[in-house]
Amino acid sequence: MTTVAVVDYGMGNLHSIAKALAKVAPGADIRITHEKSLIAAADRVVFPGVGAMRDCMRALHELDLHEPLRRAAAEKPFLGICLGMQALLESSEENGGTLGLGLLPGRVVRFAENLHDAHGEPLKIPHMGWNQVHQLAAHPLWQGIAQDSRFYFVHSYYAQPAEAALVNATSDYPAPFACVLARDNVFAVQFHPEKSQQVGLRLLENFLGWNGAC
Amino acid sequence: MSLAKRIIPCLDVDNGRVVKGVKFVDIRDAGDPVEIARRYDAEGADELTFLDITASSDDRATMVHVVEQVAGQVFIPLTVGGGIRTLEDIRRMLNAGADKVGINTAAVFNPEFVRAAAQKFGSQCIVVAIDAKKTSQPGEADRWEIFTHGGRKPTGLDAVAWAQRMVEYGAGEILLTSMDRDGTKSGFDLPLTRAVSDAVSVPVIASGGVGNLDHLVEGILQGKADAVLAASIFHFAEYTVRQAKERMAARGIEVRLP
Repeated sequence: MTTVAVVDYGMGNLHSIAKALAKVAPGADIRITHEKSLIAAADRVVFPGVGAMRDCMRALHELDLHEPLRRAAAEKPFLGICLGMQALLESSEENGGTLGLGLLPGRVVRFAENLHDAHGEPLKIPHMGWNQVHQLAAHPLWQGIAQDSRFYFVHSYYAQPAEAALVNATSDYPAPFACVLARDNVFAVQFHPEKSQQVGLRLLENFLGWNGAC
Repeated sequence: MSLAKRIIPCLDVDNGRVVKGVKFVDIRDAGDPVEIARRYDAEGADELTFLDITASSDDRATMVHVVEQVAGQVFIPLTVGGGIRTLEDIRRMLNAGADKVGINTAAVFNPEFVRAAAQKFGSQCIVVAIDAKKTSQPGEADRWEIFTHGGRKPTGLDAVAWAQRMVEYGAGEILLTSMDRDGTKSGFDLPLTRAVSDAVSVPVIASGGVGNLDHLVEGILQGKADAVLAASIFHFAEYTVRQAKERMAARGIEVRLP
């Protein structure tokens, strides 16, 4: 039986992700926690989050979670979701500039104002809804998920990694942006797999069966 | 590749039961919100909205239970509206598994509530619901006003200016209902939808008046809505969500067809 720590640092609703994990792995031991010992002991770690980067970093600092997260991201299957993806990078433009955990090289930037789609229609911010995810490289977490499947997004900022090799998948809004970063045992997604119906559940199922190797 | 326009079925829930007739042939219990939510999910709904129309606040705990049940089985975004008046109301719904809450009357009486809610929970989960009625006379420039209490009480607030103000306060999305069209099956108020969508930077959900699939198409193409919400055309099984998406796709609208 696999044990999963869903990191709870007060940023948003973790019940959805816990329910989705329970759905795909009824036998898994899923803990919503900010206890360092549980994060250290878990077989795998999910790092979710919604909201603002500054609040996120403040909460991680107050709970002293920087080091437990760094260690988890270095040694076991690790899934970052939404803000939990963005926080892995070095810095964000959000809140006038905020330092991230710096576990992956790069920064987080806001979508530009006055973007337009291919038909000349203005694009709304946040980028909200179902967009296609274009897989650039094979990965165990894509098993059984068709190329260009649609996942559910809601965000105004996106990752701009410093190394192109980190980008595992992109979406267009309207230009391609990195919606999945992957390196070794870390897989980080901008979309919400827990809200992306069958394809999202499949990705979570793949994560729960993943040994962290690429 | 681009972002899909969304179709959002809306379920009116009274004391834990879906009201307005539901006529799915192979559903055992036509009033069970969980069963209906599952059906819409299977048909390809992009999100679901639950509107709690329970009169007594004592029965609101029932809605929390409904949301918990649905969230354990349906893995698409869920919005809950109706009777959301305090930060504690929001917290309870999010903890039950809702992804967004709709704030309507409480925003009109206390706009700062929207700001506080967005600061505490993030704009991504704050939908401000606007009920608007046309108040301009024929020949005048179009003007719509916010109404409360099911469209009975005018507020003097201009709908377009109000939508902009709510976005400034932190609304992540606007759910726009035409009270003139609601229940008429004559289509969205397209000039209203267009005016609000053009005026705000966040996504707009058009609501009120859908009677057929072409109305959904018009809401997107002419109203410039980012999503369309409908209740009765899906409840009475006149059309499935899948049929709606196929019609939209045929008219060149990007949709998700799982």
